[in-house]
Amino acid sequence: MIVLAVDVEKQLGALHLGVSFQAARGATALFGPSGAGKTSVVNMIAGLLNPDRGAITLDDTVLFDASQGVNVPPHRRRIGYVFQEGRLFPHLSVRQNLDYGRRMSGQPRDLAEFERIAKLLDIGHLLDRRPGKMSGGERQRVAVGRALLTRPRLLLLDEPLASLGVAHKREILPYLVRLRDEVGIPIVYVSHTPAEVRRIATTVLRLDNGRVAATGGIELLNAADEDAFV
Amino acid sequence: MFGLSPGDWTAVALSLRIALVATACALPFGIAVGWLLARKQFWGKTLVDGLVFLPLVLPPVVTGYLLLISFGRRGPIGEFLYDSFGMVLSFRWTGAALSCGVMGFPLMVRPIRQALEAIDKRLEDAAATLGANAVLVFFTVTLPLALPGVIAGVLLCFARALGEFGATITFVSNIPGKTQTISAAIYTLTQVPGGDAAAGRLVLVAIALALAALIASEWLARRAAIRFHGE
Repeated sequence: MIVLAVDVEKQLGALHLGVSFQAARGATALFGPSGAGKTSVVNMIAGLLNPDRGAITLDDTVLFDASQGVNVPPHRRRIGYVFQEGRLFPHLSVRQNLDYGRRMSGQPRDLAEFERIAKLLDIGHLLDRRPGKMSGGERQRVAVGRALLTRPRLLLLDEPLASLGVAHKREILPYLVRLRDEVGIPIVYVSHTPAEVRRIATTVLRLDNGRVAATGGIELLNAADEDAFV
Repeated sequence: MFGLSPGDWTAVALSLRIALVATACALPFGIAVGWLLARKQFWGKTLVDGLVFLPLVLPPVVTGYLLLISFGRRGPIGEFLYDSFGMVLSFRWTGAALSCGVMGFPLMVRPIRQALEAIDKRLEDAAATLGANAVLVFFTVTLPLALPGVIAGVLLCFARALGEFGATITFVSNIPGKTQTISAAIYTLTQVPGGDAAAGRLVLVAIALALAALIASEWLARRAAIRFHGE
């Protein structure tokens, strides 16, 4: 079943981004070199960047349609977004960071769900700390939890491991695999690292120079792309 | 106490009240203008920028005179305020608060603007994806992150308001018990023979107040820093 349908165009400096794809449940990887337009695509899905032309549909909701003038603002899209740098709020504790989405949308407190996610990501012992003094891996796990606790319809992960050292990458990958298998929210995963994509993705979209160059399974990651870690 | 006369104490209390009210009333405007200047491009921005900072470079007497002809009972704004709300500013302590607020305003806006400019806007994007609308983003992310700048702006404005002399004396005069602040009282005492000792005591009070304000803001800034970076 198709969950997400994207068909957008945008001129970004010298790069003409023209991307069209559909994603089903599971984890769809946007894979390709730096500058291929991967982050721009997820920013458009989240509503942080407006396409020049085209449409984006999630489940039965039109999030963006240039021809009909539809553009749902980011705060009403219910899309969880885990950024490359985590972007935790430095002035809030981990607990307040995790609780932020619920507070902003005025939903009732759901302690069971909170504890389930804290356990899934193993962040229960961090709740009273501030993000400033945590390791990159801890921060990224909290960022994933913060996005999940908004009960999103779709989870965007933009190079969530790129800012981490090898040890922390190894630390987080299993959590992301668990996320895919246990939480059941469709995932769009941006990466330029084949080893990561191989672990996470159920579908791979290879992006090159603003275009979808190929679509398929992880067999798209040929041996030449192989790199050192994992 | 401290050898101050009841009249001196009245001047001290009046100065504090004027400075507090001036700072409190200027704060929402200071945040709004700081935000506009930091974040928005609009026609006439350079003019707004210049107007805000004008009291810093104009002779205070000129600012006071401009306030007098616009907010005085016969001035266009003063007349409107009196006719609509029965509000009189000239030769009242409220007028002193207005002139002190105007004089302190540029000092308040500058650090707030700088703090807002320094904020990582990507944190605001993150807040939006978590379901916060623009107003909530401002009050839960932008403003708390700009807090050190807001504290600095409040202190500078308060200190300026506490010491304001030229604009205030021009706009509301120097009426003991009504508009006479510490500065104006010291000025009066230095104009009469034998007023030196009394003036000296008020000078000590002024120094003590300034130091207290500095220490308070340091303490607040440190608490804000702890909130950001952990103990």
